[in-house]
Amino acid sequence: MDLGVKPVSFTSSSASWKSADGVPDQFPAGLRVLVVDDDPTCLRILEKMLKNCLYEVTTCNRAEVALKFLRDNKNGYDIVISDVHMPDMDGFKLLEHVGLEMDLPVIMMSADDSKNVVMKGVTHGACDYLIKPVRMEALKNIWQHVVRKKKHEWKEKDFEQSGSVDEVERQHKPPEDVDYSSSANEGNWKNSKKRKDEEDEAEERDDSSTLKKPRVVWSVELHQQFVTAVNQLGIDKAVPKKILELMNVPGLTRENVASHLQKYRLYLRRLSGVSQHQNGLGSSFMGPPDAPFGPMSSLSGVDLQALAASGQLPPQSLATIQAAALGRAATKSAIPVPLIDQRNIFSFENPKLRFLDGQQQQNNNSKQVSLLHGIPTNMDSKQLATLHQSAQSFGSMNMHVHSQASQSNSLLTQMVQPPSRAQILNEINGSHALNLPSSAGQPVLSQAVPNAVLGQNGIENVRRPAFTSVSQPSTVVDFSRSQSTEFPENSFSLVSNSGISNLTSKLQDEVNSEMKASRGFVPNYDVFNDINQNRTQDWRLQDVRSTFEAQQHSNGRGSLDVSSSVLIQQQFSSNQKSGQNRIPPVRKAAFSVADGLGNTSNIGQQLSSSLVDNPSRIKAERLPDMGFQNGLFSEHFGQEDLMTAILKQQQGGMEPIENEFGFDGYHLDNLPV
Amino acid sequence: MEVDQLQRSFLEYSRLLFHEGFLDGQFSQLQLLQDESNPDFVLEVVSLFFEDSERLLNDLTIALDQQNVDFKKLDAHVHQFKGSSSSIGAQRVKNVCIAFRNLCDEQNAEGCLRCLQQVKQEYLLVKTKLEALLRLEQQIVAAGGAIPMLNEFC
Repeated sequence: MDLGVKPVSFTSSSASWKSADGVPDQFPAGLRVLVVDDDPTCLRILEKMLKNCLYEVTTCNRAEVALKFLRDNKNGYDIVISDVHMPDMDGFKLLEHVGLEMDLPVIMMSADDSKNVVMKGVTHGACDYLIKPVRMEALKNIWQHVVRKKKHEWKEKDFEQSGSVDEVERQHKPPEDVDYSSSANEGNWKNSKKRKDEEDEAEERDDSSTLKKPRVVWSVELHQQFVTAVNQLGIDKAVPKKILELMNVPGLTRENVASHLQKYRLYLRRLSGVSQHQNGLGSSFMGPPDAPFGPMSSLSGVDLQALAASGQLPPQSLATIQAAALGRAATKSAIPVPLIDQRNIFSFENPKLRFLDGQQQQNNNSKQVSLLHGIPTNMDSKQLATLHQSAQSFGSMNMHVHSQASQSNSLLTQMVQPPSRAQILNEINGSHALNLPSSAGQPVLSQAVPNAVLGQNGIENVRRPAFTSVSQPSTVVDFSRSQSTEFPENSFSLVSNSGISNLTSKLQDEVNSEMKASRGFVPNYDVFNDINQNRTQDWRLQDVRSTFEAQQHSNGRGSLDVSSSVLIQQQFSSNQKSGQNRIPPVRKAAFSVADGLGNTSNIGQQLSSSLVDNPSRIKAERLPDMGFQNGLFSEHFGQEDLMTAILKQQQGGMEPIENEFGFDGYHLDNLPV
Repeated sequence: MEVDQLQRSFLEYSRLLFHEGFLDGQFSQLQLLQDESNPDFVLEVVSLFFEDSERLLNDLTIALDQQNVDFKKLDAHVHQFKGSSSSIGAQRVKNVCIAFRNLCDEQNAEGCLRCLQQVKQEYLLVKTKLEALLRLEQQIVAAGGAIPMLNEFC
């Protein structure tokens, strides 16, 4: 039937909009409305009125029941009408949930017509506010909100695909603002993130030329130039055009810069959110909404990626490992995560990786400056220092890392990454010094990066460039390339220096030798602890690499540790990403891999603790028994970044998993109710 | 009784109720919603209103009976009552509720008590009248007639 509206906009719900007799003017008959009101009189009246409008009505008198209806039938409703005052849940809270989880238009209503209540409705994102008693005329036109919303979404996607950066950026803003203004909870974040991710994703798609344009690979150098330009202009004043001019890179378009800028901004925001309480680092990086990313940095994905990034771990190996790890997880878990969410996550994360890559590049160039201008440089020096210091002895590093990790879990996730990353790269490139692992800062950096990266869709090209730019870790580059999602690499930041060094060294060995997940490696407890604590995913690989090199001589440990830890990390990261449902299976996979290794349980504990805990809890919590891990992991869904990273890496072989995992993390995590 | 007689009585009574402010346009809206598919709609809704109101009034009485009156809770109840009464078109009840809410804001326990009495009174009044009106309606339907509507009060 022809609704007379853009069919595209209504794909999901238009199906239900069937006119009573196929006549266009019957539109919007069939609109599926969910009405929530604890007053039975009002509910009955509304129901009748809506039915008279030819809408499909579902009523419930409790907000929780309403949410259940909505969740059980994700696409079963077009619009929600809710009373403000309800005994079991505040109408505004319901409004938030619906907005975040289902992104449906919500109309508030109340007998209360006082301005502040109406204002509250507006600020919480209600698309309309009706004063009781509700009249028929008011209800007749509610369909306009559905149309409007769909049109807006459709338009956004359209813009994104066309690579119109400005529009995308603009679009990016509103959802962000709206979401952030909602009562803080993960759900909000998620929702906003979701939208941003979608936008980012679209952007990335553009960048990665999946559709139309040739992909622009944001190499480390390129990113560095970008960051330099942005810093010169000032992050607030940096507009794509000027950045482009400053960068003076032939062949680079304004759109490329614009989309990259958008991602960069997101990354910065994320960093500031995380770093706020941690170090005193610029704290401009980790934005609060990046919560999911923060946890993501926790381990597994990160380490692997770090390794991969550092080039120690051949992409293929890494992919293999991940695939193995994820494969198990995938088979075991039935993660019902919508693909879209995953995508969002990845896209969200990806930009961050890019930035980190750029950062690395700088470091590689022996510039010990924080690449990310927004990132507080003090971290760099601090981290470098710590790195160097810890490089002395692995043991000391471990401790160092631990302490640092505990102090600054959040730090790790913060921007510190870029500097440390650079460090790592430097290390990798030349010095083999344990710069990376030693400082907790490094892990921090990597974490921050990975989170960002992880969040990003694997499609992100940015990550690859970063790695490609590193001369040494050629494997890393390959790895990233092999990943269509490009994501994983970054996410494997070396979280814990000390732990990582062990791990990395081992891992590196493993990686280089194309270690498979099935290899049994003795997990390195330290590594895991560190990793857990640090949760710096992105840079881990790099840390690993450097530590590995340094360690190789000192440790003499086999690559077993590395591989096992890598595997486990993979497992965990995949766990994280896949969300709760998946975690248990994934973990099992991880553990089974590590099986045979005496330290499996330890590792698992460490990993699980890291996965489960928020950065604040990262302090080397050792789970007394692996059994907890399932529960822990499931809590850890926020570690979407890791998962996405891992998933991305495995993209080649893990398509299904990717989808599975990528979305879950965000989705489940953000369900506050 | 003849159908048209019943209908005339019905109309006259409706007009009276509207004039005296017992009912307002919202009630007409309800009447408009009644159709062949829902011939007893008005009766159904009014019955729901009575049930709910009795519960609310009970809660209000209990709330005001406390040593330390919880005005917030009281206000919530009154708000609810205001909502349902306005939805049914019980105008006078709604107006008393508005006054009641103000008293709750002022935390005037005595004033609230008096208001509660007033709201109970108004409720009983509108209840009686609605019941009478609906009885007339049923008689009309039973006699095979259609229920007339007062357009001027829509």
